Amino acid sequence: MIPAAFDYIRAHSPDEAFSHLQQHGGDARVLAGGQSLIPAMRFRLARPAVLVDINGLADLGRLELGRTALAIGAIARDSAIERAPWIGETRWSLLHDVSRVVADPVVRQMGTVVGSLCHNDPSGDWTAVALAARAAVVVRGRQGTRTVPIDDFLVDSFTTAVGEGEMALAVHFPVPGDRTAGSYQKVERKVGDFATAAAAVQVTLDGKGAIKEAGIALSAAGPCAVRVTEAEQALVGQKPTADVIRAAADAASKRSEPQADLRGSVEYKKNLAGVLVARGLRQALARLGVQA
Amino acid sequence: MSADVKAGHAIGVAMKRKEDPRFVQGKGHYVDDFSFPGMLFMALVRSPYPHATIKSIDISAAMKVPGVKAVITGKDLEAAGLGWLPTFHGLDKQMVLAIGKVLFQYQEVAAVFAESREAAADGAEQVQVDYDPLPVVADPFASKTDTVLLRPDREQKTNHIYHWEVGDRDRTDQTLAKSAKRVKQRIWFQRCHPAPLEPCGCVAFFDTMGRLQFYVTSQAPHVYRTALSLVTGIPEDRIHVISPDIGGGFGNKVPVYPGYVCAVVGALKLGHPVKWIETRTENLTSTGFARDYHMDVELGATADGKLTAVKVATTADHGAFDCAADPTKYPAGMFGICTGSYDVPVAHAEVDAYFTNKAPGGIAYRCSFRVTEASYAIERTMDVLADELGIDAVELRRKNFVKKEQFPYASALGFTYDSGDYEKTLQKALDTIGYQALLKEQQEKRARGELMGIGFSTFTEVVGAGPSKHFDILGIKMFDSAEIRIHPTGAGIVRAGTKSQGQGHETTWAQIVAEELGLDPQQIMVEEGDTDTAPYGLGTYASRSTPVAGAAIAMAARRIREKARKIAAHLLEVGEADVEWVDYRFQVKGVPAKTVTMKEVAFAAYTNMAQNEPGLEATFYYDPPNMTFPNGTYVAVVDVDRETGEVKVRRFLAVDDCGTIINPMIVEGQVHGGLTEGFAIAFMQEIQYDADGNNLNTNFTDYLVPTAQEAPHWETAQTVTPSPHHPIGAKGVGESPNVGSPAAFVNAVVDALSPLGVRHLEMPVTREKVWRAIREAEAGKGKAART
Repeated sequence: MIPAAFDYIRAHSPDEAFSHLQQHGGDARVLAGGQSLIPAMRFRLARPAVLVDINGLADLGRLELGRTALAIGAIARDSAIERAPWIGETRWSLLHDVSRVVADPVVRQMGTVVGSLCHNDPSGDWTAVALAARAAVVVRGRQGTRTVPIDDFLVDSFTTAVGEGEMALAVHFPVPGDRTAGSYQKVERKVGDFATAAAAVQVTLDGKGAIKEAGIALSAAGPCAVRVTEAEQALVGQKPTADVIRAAADAASKRSEPQADLRGSVEYKKNLAGVLVARGLRQALARLGVQA
Repeated sequence: MSADVKAGHAIGVAMKRKEDPRFVQGKGHYVDDFSFPGMLFMALVRSPYPHATIKSIDISAAMKVPGVKAVITGKDLEAAGLGWLPTFHGLDKQMVLAIGKVLFQYQEVAAVFAESREAAADGAEQVQVDYDPLPVVADPFASKTDTVLLRPDREQKTNHIYHWEVGDRDRTDQTLAKSAKRVKQRIWFQRCHPAPLEPCGCVAFFDTMGRLQFYVTSQAPHVYRTALSLVTGIPEDRIHVISPDIGGGFGNKVPVYPGYVCAVVGALKLGHPVKWIETRTENLTSTGFARDYHMDVELGATADGKLTAVKVATTADHGAFDCAADPTKYPAGMFGICTGSYDVPVAHAEVDAYFTNKAPGGIAYRCSFRVTEASYAIERTMDVLADELGIDAVELRRKNFVKKEQFPYASALGFTYDSGDYEKTLQKALDTIGYQALLKEQQEKRARGELMGIGFSTFTEVVGAGPSKHFDILGIKMFDSAEIRIHPTGAGIVRAGTKSQGQGHETTWAQIVAEELGLDPQQIMVEEGDTDTAPYGLGTYASRSTPVAGAAIAMAARRIREKARKIAAHLLEVGEADVEWVDYRFQVKGVPAKTVTMKEVAFAAYTNMAQNEPGLEATFYYDPPNMTFPNGTYVAVVDVDRETGEVKVRRFLAVDDCGTIINPMIVEGQVHGGLTEGFAIAFMQEIQYDADGNNLNTNFTDYLVPTAQEAPHWETAQTVTPSPHHPIGAKGVGESPNVGSPAAFVNAVVDALSPLGVRHLEMPVTREKVWRAIREAEAGKGKAART
């Protein structure tokens, strides 16, 4: 488990990091938490010629909760979300849930949210959560920075809108409205394993108790995390009932296009997608005091 | 739950482990911690193909990698007469580096020696091997047909390795035929891997005296010394094997692996020390796997559930070479324990082993040579029989137990069980777990459509190989030994041919000496793993350390006590016949006021010994008169999630009877560890191959090792039925939880699903298997309604 030879550059400013990336293009990889990249290099599945380490850039480690968005910097750790002072608020329950089940506590100590999004593993946790919460990623490119909605950001397995020589600086999660709750449901073979199936759910209720907004996304259900638009449509405008939940779950099961692997067959994973969306919806609603 | 002990009263005390301060502080010294000047690193080139002819090997590019010093291949070794390595039980031999063809994926093909680990890895990547793929046999049943002959190197032109059987086939068949009830179940104990956290490795060098200094992760250092001498021709006095701290063995570190031979050859050829440390993938894909037994189990019984006969026919998959480390006369180990804890009038067991294009092995993973397979077979099938008879699984077991008064009990398959009180152990389990309340809860849950299961395993093990009449490895009888030296101040050192890999020998051996001699266990140093200093021993595996070496230590201590008695007589100024050993000291018979302690005697042994030979030491080689038979009752309580198939092990109780307990804390730790491994086997672990012979579980992403998060809470209890033939009555416990628990887990899940008509599930019982079983049962409802 010894990586192929590579050069290592520790960046001292975002500008410096960016210029190294510009210079080395596709040969370079950004090193943030390294929890996916380093194992891949040790297996020699990834062989970057240059690593640009951004761990020294303290500005990129911030969690900033503004009026409209939560900004999570490129080296903010999973564990920072887990311990954020506001994480216990109902509106942040989706982030609360996911921050406790990403990999294991050791990985969360180093692993980053933005790194996970940029890695875009088909079975990643943060990708599905970002879809359900309608997040957007701030990317620095040659023409300056741009904000890419998560739906456009996730291009394909292990591929994102971050181009050669570019780097992601932060992810922005919109501050959820009142009467919002979420849930992250994951089946894994053991702690630290990739999800066999996972569902991210976030709902906002209106004053009359109907569902105003819904975000439903699945992980381990295709080449990359997927938004279940049909489930969202089945929910929005409806009072949350068992039938409505079942319709959303069925839509999720239908939408799921998983790969068969050692974690399970296609059939089993499609079943789980529906089960987990239903459980997630029930839990999110319960957090809002609604039994459905 | 630990205690400190002073002189005497050492057995039965939960003394803290003497080795733990160094382990918990990260100060253990493992093989990879040894480095020597000029040391080279070795990396192995491995086959990507499960079965292929090697057309050519080109090392030129590898030799150009900076730092690479040499590359050797099978041809080089063959030319030096080192092409093949005998396997421990002598039934087969194994290629060191592939000669002519490869027989399993990840087989060793070439060894690269370089100045750094990195250069060795880069060099290995540059060795160009031209393969011509051959048809793959990935299944022992396909192997049986001999359509593809895997091992043309052997005299016998067949893939069949051996047939072994025990018992009375004809009478068993006749009895089964006329039994009122008869059940048959095909059970596969899947291929597993011990997966010790520290993989295998070694450092080899020839010192200035020309002696091979060999640091290695070995559970049996003396056997390695003899095997290395036999394989390489180096005289045995020129070989020094050192087994330092070991990060888990579980049977995986019993065999001698090709990498070791390559490292020795490299050290000899290049004149430099050579270090080889496996990667996780290498450990999982090429070193000794365990189990892979396909067992057809048949039980006969009377209408009211009294067993009449047991029959087990097994197809064993040994992979490319038969690298089981079983005793010579026991190619299928102690599989004859498959009649379990039951009084069975007649039985027959047979095993036929076959080669396949898979990694070699068949080692005893935390198990006394195939005892886990045997226990699982009988304990799983007892539940099938209970289901068929409509009898409670506990009652069926109770009805058939070997009774307390039947010991020593001669089993139908040739063992003489030493002692046990199965009824008492079972009753303790039922009382502790609250069986009646659980049954009531289950009934209520079933009425609501919830799936709850209670599973039992009332197993008997056979450990402590073994009597010289029956047991040897490479011809060497399976005794064990100890040497004890008591110093003038009453401190001392014990040396044994065993090797702790986490079992706590540094503590328990000291406790045995302290108990026998009335000394302070804190001042009894234990040294193992050095073939220059320890007397010859067969090593630590098969739960044999306490039954065999533990006995040797007690007997050596008693020899010292006899010598000490002479000195005590001198000190007490009486004749030797007037001295007795009372309450951990010598006393003039009938005069409690006139005593002398062992500490005082030890000092006198060096300062005031009178006519006695100076010094206080003894060696004992112990040839056990019989095996020991630890046993227990395990109970698992599970809840099953219908929608996901998830099984939650809500409770698990292990009541073990391992005879005399030396250190209750260590026994409890052993039980916790073994149950966690048994849990992993039952629910998570399998080395899988696809139909093309590709290994699918090559690292810890896909070979699952449970963490504290997955492992259930363990409840433990004991009954104590000492072994009548062991000097201190101990039986060994390290493996019981791994042997006994898989059946309890699976029986509990099957019990949960039994209202749906499910009778058996193969391990590992994954969520999907459970989900599928539920779904199929529900889909089949109505049309499959049982009449």
